[in-house]
Amino acid sequence: MKRRPLIVRLLSRLEGPQTLGRGWRFWAGAAIVLAAAVVYPLLTDSYTVGNTVYFFNWVFMALGLCLIWGYGGALSFGQTAFFGIAGYAYGVITLNYGADYGLTLWATLAAIAVAGLVAAILGYFLFFGRISGVFLGIVTLAVTLVLERFMAQTAGPEWHIGSARLNGFNGMNGMPNLTIPWPGEDGSLVLAPDLPLYYVVLALLVIAYLALRILVNSSFGNVLVAIRENPQRATMLGYDVRKYQLASFVIGSALAGLSGVLYTTWGQYITPSSMGITAAALPIVWVAVGGRSDLTTTLLGTILLIGGFQALTIYGSQYALVVMGALLVVTVLLAPEGLIMALALLPQRLLKRSARDAT
Amino acid sequence: MTPLLETRKLNKRFGGLQVTADVDFSLERGELHCLIGPNGAGKSTFFRLILGEYEPTSGQVFYEGRDITTLEPHDRIRRGISVKFQVPGIFKALSVKQNLEIALQHHLEGHSLRGEIGRQLDFLNLTAEADQAAGNLSHGQKQWLEIGMATSLKPKLLLLDEPTAGMSPEETHATGEMVHALRAEGMTVLAVEHDMAFVRQIATRVTVLHFGRIFAQGSIDEIMADDRVAEIYLGQGHGAPHHA
Repeated sequence: MKRRPLIVRLLSRLEGPQTLGRGWRFWAGAAIVLAAAVVYPLLTDSYTVGNTVYFFNWVFMALGLCLIWGYGGALSFGQTAFFGIAGYAYGVITLNYGADYGLTLWATLAAIAVAGLVAAILGYFLFFGRISGVFLGIVTLAVTLVLERFMAQTAGPEWHIGSARLNGFNGMNGMPNLTIPWPGEDGSLVLAPDLPLYYVVLALLVIAYLALRILVNSSFGNVLVAIRENPQRATMLGYDVRKYQLASFVIGSALAGLSGVLYTTWGQYITPSSMGITAAALPIVWVAVGGRSDLTTTLLGTILLIGGFQALTIYGSQYALVVMGALLVVTVLLAPEGLIMALALLPQRLLKRSARDAT
Repeated sequence: MTPLLETRKLNKRFGGLQVTADVDFSLERGELHCLIGPNGAGKSTFFRLILGEYEPTSGQVFYEGRDITTLEPHDRIRRGISVKFQVPGIFKALSVKQNLEIALQHHLEGHSLRGEIGRQLDFLNLTAEADQAAGNLSHGQKQWLEIGMATSLKPKLLLLDEPTAGMSPEETHATGEMVHALRAEGMTVLAVEHDMAFVRQIATRVTVLHFGRIFAQGSIDEIMADDRVAEIYLGQGHGAPHHA
């Protein structure tokens, strides 16, 4: 039988049982949102644009956690470890070798690779050691806290890698912005937190979102949700559950690494507190409140919550954290599947109820 | 010819508790074999040892003449062993169709995958429920869905752990016919079962386990006529195994 071309098969995976949203209405809506996102920075000031990029930076980590936890059922409490590792790795490479000749792009890839490699090693011991459930959360949280403590005590001048000082609690700073080769006078384009960076990060976001949609609707995604639902049955259908969990952990952690690099290039600094307990808890709140079992609800929930968090921080960051905690509690009690998810499913449920009442 | 499945001196101990003791068991190709015994006789543990969910304390498991004692469970499945659990092991939040897709996607894709899902739905009488969450099915339907998933791997050896638990007599009978149909397709079946009418309907040979040991083996009539077997069931109703 003739097989359809690869690209057609991939595109057909954009919709499927594992993702909300299908048909022309959904994609038309998505196109409108994307068009608004493209036009938006032209209508606002440079500060707001830079700030919006800051929101977007975190979404990759949230999408990665959504894959690991929401689809795979493995709650990692320590995605910030990979965020920090990649951020520091980017700093070490660029502070030593500079930003010329598109080096920051290679540094980005290398930093993500380092995060992915650490995730592969840690994940190997976790999943092949059959650690699951709450213990997985405890170990991953411990890893990120150990990293935070370790980096926080590197203030002395003896803590350096090449010419990059680690700087203890104050963190590393002064690393270059993303710089890409560009035709023109200086031969490069510096992606400061303004229009160019905005469009690059937006494009990355669209790519990551669509690629993950394809992934979770593929046979790989089928097995991943099967493991979440019933790991024993998945094993007894011939799947090596550990390999699938490890693969999703590495992919999700590489995405956390991408967030870390983008954050680092955005503010030109990274500190140990980005791996601390507060930082580690926030992605879980974003993903849980949005709706962890779907990429779209995670995406929307994360952007809304980070925006809301920042707006509240004006009144004091402790209050913002209390609100985040309260939101998590409300979600767990009232809509365990996520608030955005509950909203998305509301029309369907009402329809069902009225149909039941009618009969 | 080598038996399809064989265990040699298989032992499993949990602390001081001997759950499986020196079990020498063999299963020929094409057999429909039932494993019976009072509660706690070690039937489920024996299944788990065959599947690799438990590691034996000592002894070996052979499949198609090959030592699989240290093989991972999913590798054993890939070699042609499949199982239906006692409590229906299905993916409750996923649709019936998706449950079958996950079982079938090993060896099929695209049109042939969709075609086979349709055939299985038809065979299991679940076409109308295809898009429902599997958790919403009736108990009997769940059991059948899981049998469908287990058999869609086209196993050589099918393990059934109390396949008719909670089924009506009609459903039980239909399940027995299904088992015969599977054997006609070339599967060898080993079932743990309490319902003696079902055992009589399907089994060519019966093994009685008691305190982890093989207590008796033979045809259903030999086993039913064995006074010692009736005796070990005493205290569990009216000297079961009862005629249902």
